[in-house]
Amino acid sequence: MDLAGNHKALAEPEQRRRCIELLAQTSCDELKAAWNGLSEKPTVKPVRGPETGLVMVRGRIGGGGSPFNLGEATVTRATILLASGTAGHAQALGTDKEKAWLSAIFDALWQEAETRNFVETALLSPTESRIAAEDRQNAEETAATRVDFFTMVRGDD
Amino acid sequence: MYVAVKGGEAAITNAHALLADRRRGDRSLPALTIEQIAEQLGLAVDRVMAEASLYDRSLAALAVRQSRGDLIEAIFLLRAYRTTLPRFGSSVPVDTAAMKVERRVSATYKDLPGGQLLGPTFDYTHRLLDPSLLTDEAIADPARKEASGDEIMRVSDILAHEGLIEPDGDLPDDHAAGDLTREPLEFPMGRDLRLQALARGDEGFLLALGYSTQRGYGRNHPFVGEIRIGEVEVEMDMPELGFPVSLGRIQLTECQMINQFKGSSIAPPQFTRGYGLVFGQSERKAMSMSLVDRALRAEELGEDITAPAQDEEFVISHSDNVQATGFVEHLKLPHYVDFQAELAMVRKMRADIEATRHADTEMKDAAE
Repeated sequence: MDLAGNHKALAEPEQRRRCIELLAQTSCDELKAAWNGLSEKPTVKPVRGPETGLVMVRGRIGGGGSPFNLGEATVTRATILLASGTAGHAQALGTDKEKAWLSAIFDALWQEAETRNFVETALLSPTESRIAAEDRQNAEETAATRVDFFTMVRGDD
Repeated sequence: MYVAVKGGEAAITNAHALLADRRRGDRSLPALTIEQIAEQLGLAVDRVMAEASLYDRSLAALAVRQSRGDLIEAIFLLRAYRTTLPRFGSSVPVDTAAMKVERRVSATYKDLPGGQLLGPTFDYTHRLLDPSLLTDEAIADPARKEASGDEIMRVSDILAHEGLIEPDGDLPDDHAAGDLTREPLEFPMGRDLRLQALARGDEGFLLALGYSTQRGYGRNHPFVGEIRIGEVEVEMDMPELGFPVSLGRIQLTECQMINQFKGSSIAPPQFTRGYGLVFGQSERKAMSMSLVDRALRAEELGEDITAPAQDEEFVISHSDNVQATGFVEHLKLPHYVDFQAELAMVRKMRADIEATRHADTEMKDAAE
């Protein structure tokens, strides 16, 4: 995941990918707050879902060898259409259908020139900063448990 | 003649109401929330996710609550739930080398890139009950230290450069990963299917089998090359976009077991490997899995198969605790008719023996 601020250098498909991935990590409460903050609510037509299903998570033998099926995880997805014809997609781990629904709407709004900035400032940037801060905290807490070996000097001089 | 019997409906209804009452327990105590279970009994939740083969913390916590903490019952509940859902697809294989590591230890190298990171471990605790946990004493925030940012290199890659360790397991290119949730088990099976079965296998069963290899039943001289615990991204193709996107992260435990191997007619002396990968935080399970994975490679490596842990059909057929509990526990369900039939048979056998003995005695008497 890219650090906050670097995303503008990305090509369009990569930016879209960043948008969908960040929305997948945004909480439903944050999405609802952003929805309530929209001055003009868009007309939304459901295309698919929101629906919950499974993704078979794969691993690799030995960590880097041939794939094997490790086990499944719940995933919820949705696809919507705005009145303008823009389609929005969302898929995220878990069973939260409202989150998938709102994420799909915001994915579509992100693609519209006039609402892209709103999605960026209300959702994507804060989520990106939150994840970066959480990752930093976890990394620092883990680093504090790193073993520093030292050699005992024997008293034989 | 077979006579169908009905009955017990009221008893069953009342038994379930009684179960609900006992599950809730003393009403003067606050009820557990799902969030409390997920946060404070996280390793129980992890075990349920791993052995149910379904990663969902909230649902696993719900299952723990519903089962009153009976984890095999919770695993059963979550397994049953998964059958109600369609499968959207398979993930891109997760990249454990890129894991956001929260624990990483190696027993083979003291100084290795990234270092020994103990993380939140029970190791080195004194296993003394802690009275401070009888109450809700404030817990200090953990210590923090600037992270080095070094790549946390996989230990298997270090030895690989010398050619002394076998590479990651590669199956033939045209081999599609088997899926035991879709196809019936057939033996012998590929290592991919075995790992899927072991990943959902019962922790206690795999622990006992792993232990048996250490005690000499299929000994394979293991070292923990590396254990790492942390989060990885789960990516799945989004057909509408034509590229994979991350669905979020899951926590995994990975174990690379390195085993001494004196060589065989097929392979030169080198280190071989057993692999363990488990949902959530469970290094006991990941270590056991990697010991058993290695033991089950006996045939592939040209070793004699002499011990239970090396017997693929035995291990894989009995590793699933939902199947095992189903078959063992079904014995308590009504077997009235079977038992009546057996009772009648035993009575007849007895009567026949009595009759023969009686006849023998009479013949003897007559002869005398």
